[in-house]
Amino acid sequence: MKPKLSSALAVLSVLLLVAVPLVFPADIANTLSRVLALALLAVSLDLLVGVSGMPSLGHAAPFGVGAYAAALVARDTTSFAPVPLLVAVVAGGLFALLTGVLMVRTKGTYFLMLTLAIAELAHVLAQRWEGLTGGTNGLYGIPSLTLAPGGEPVTLAGVRYWWILLIFLIGFAIVWWTSRSMLGRSLRGLRDNEERMASIGYSTFWLKLAVYGIAGGVAGAAGSLWVAQNRFVSPEDLAFEVSAMALLAVVVGGRGRLWGAVLGAALVTIVRDDIGASLGGRGPLLLGLVFIAAVYLLPHGFAGTNWRQLFTRRPQEDKA
Amino acid sequence: MSAPTAAPTAAPAALTLRNVTKKYGALVAVDDVSLEVAKGGRHALIGPNGAGKSTLFNLVAGGLPTTSGQILFAGDDVTKRSAAWRARRGLGKTFQHSSLFLSMNPLDNVALAAQRVAGKGMSWVTSSGRRNSEIDDLAEQCVADVGLTDRSHIMTGNLSHGERRQLEVAVALATRPKLLLLDEPAAGMSPAESQRFIELVRSLPSDLTVVIIEHDLELVFQLADRVSVLHLGGLIADGPADEVREDPAVQQAYLGEGSLEELFHETPVPPDLPVSTTSAAPTEEVAG
Ligand SMILES: Nc1ncnc2c1ncn2[C@@H]1O[C@H](COP(=O)(O)OP(=O)(O)OP(=O)(O)O)[C@@H](O)[C@H]1O
Ligand SMILES: [Mg+2]
Repeated sequence: MKPKLSSALAVLSVLLLVAVPLVFPADIANTLSRVLALALLAVSLDLLVGVSGMPSLGHAAPFGVGAYAAALVARDTTSFAPVPLLVAVVAGGLFALLTGVLMVRTKGTYFLMLTLAIAELAHVLAQRWEGLTGGTNGLYGIPSLTLAPGGEPVTLAGVRYWWILLIFLIGFAIVWWTSRSMLGRSLRGLRDNEERMASIGYSTFWLKLAVYGIAGGVAGAAGSLWVAQNRFVSPEDLAFEVSAMALLAVVVGGRGRLWGAVLGAALVTIVRDDIGASLGGRGPLLLGLVFIAAVYLLPHGFAGTNWRQLFTRRPQEDKA
Repeated sequence: MSAPTAAPTAAPAALTLRNVTKKYGALVAVDDVSLEVAKGGRHALIGPNGAGKSTLFNLVAGGLPTTSGQILFAGDDVTKRSAAWRARRGLGKTFQHSSLFLSMNPLDNVALAAQRVAGKGMSWVTSSGRRNSEIDDLAEQCVADVGLTDRSHIMTGNLSHGERRQLEVAVALATRPKLLLLDEPAAGMSPAESQRFIELVRSLPSDLTVVIIEHDLELVFQLADRVSVLHLGGLIADGPADEVREDPAVQQAYLGEGSLEELFHETPVPPDLPVSTTSAAPTEEVAG
């Protein structure tokens, strides 16, 4: 795609997203708010999986840590929107850095299993540490966010959506910029050939830790958006299912293409919550089918597929 | 740790190996090798397949730990240092089996090395898309030096074998090394490509130390002023190129009646080796 065309498309999509509350009823804005929170989670995961080649099955952990941190701050200190957000970013990022010191020393399947293990530990901790997390009941009664210190709580779904959209866009821009920076080129080098990166003088440990921390911070921000929308957080929010959904969104959307992860997250959330709900709890089954279909029909995901070629000719064996 | 016993009178060698040994279980891949490479030298390391040449390079570069012995760069003990640390200290290495960044174009491959040298490998504030003269000039220079300018925007995964061999050298050069290890750089290059490669090595600055593993002895004697011969992991000869060429002990040790040239070019190629990296192509030229 030509750069001009793709920036025009980007501007158009943002304008359409901004216009949603003006055109559609409140429940659409609410659904989209949840989609945006999970999309930001998926985008931050794509930075790990697609850009840096570090497949994680535990990305719900920094998301959940951010969500709990934002919920506690909003409940106990202030619900002035930027404060829980920033606390969530710091909490998610710190969590990722601290656990990352161990994890980024491993590779491939070991890394995958370790991310899964840490996320399961976080999940169990959220269930058991009742004093802080409210145990399996979760934290509820979280006040609506305010857009001025001590100001009126936001009650309009559309305004809350705009706040979530703004943070989503900033988060997306940060991840996009990261992948375009010199650090981003180094991360792609890591994905392609870690041994050669070391042999030309890169400390792969610091590179991996850096990206793990950035992805954790953005996942934390996504967690705070999740809480801003739901005003409730429970151990389910850092359960394996959330990590798996995020990974599914990345794979369906096309690894390494950040906007693909956004589309993937939208598809996954809507299939599970909206279509799945009308099928009486068969959402996960349907998701599994979507996943299988995506892997067979679009092995490079939405974003990695050459659509014109797909529709005009038989798809040729293309190079990954 | 070790006492700095280097004599203050002479400048230390660019690379010193002291009793370096590498064992894989019962197999001694590198057997008690002691060796010096003079600063600015053009040093060749030769020996039959499986002699331990690549293993020795890997020990020097820090990709493998030694079983015993010491490795010194310019007099400093680096035996316990990581590969990345040694690279930052000025060690560049090419791989016998090309080790590149296949999803990027050649320019980005080289720019990865160049941006590390510029101290921007982890820079978040600098864009990799916008032109950065410090990095891009060096990258373009290195790509041009190996003759890949026309191919610099093609995905590396789509380059030919010979082009990858050239890019391999360009990436190592872009780290601005003081000591360059080249592991069979010309294997699989076309005659024109290897001629260009010889000229490239000759044009390298004279304070850059080059060690080259090469099966094509014609190329070795064109480039190297000193030659070390490795056989079954052990060093069996080490000296000025002319002497080693004539050394009856080297010839006798593993040639029997034949000449040194014959040995290398008539070594049967093990069936499990990729054909492209064998010395099959150069054989004909040398014989002719
Ligand atoms: N990882 C390993 N584990 C066990 N043995 C190994 C390993 N790597 C190399 N070897 C053995 O060590 C010996 C030296 O191998 P090396 O690759 O260093 O030889 P070489 O001189 O570079 O040969 P060539 O000319 O074929 O490249 C060989 O016998 C090889 O089989
Ligand atoms: Mg070898």
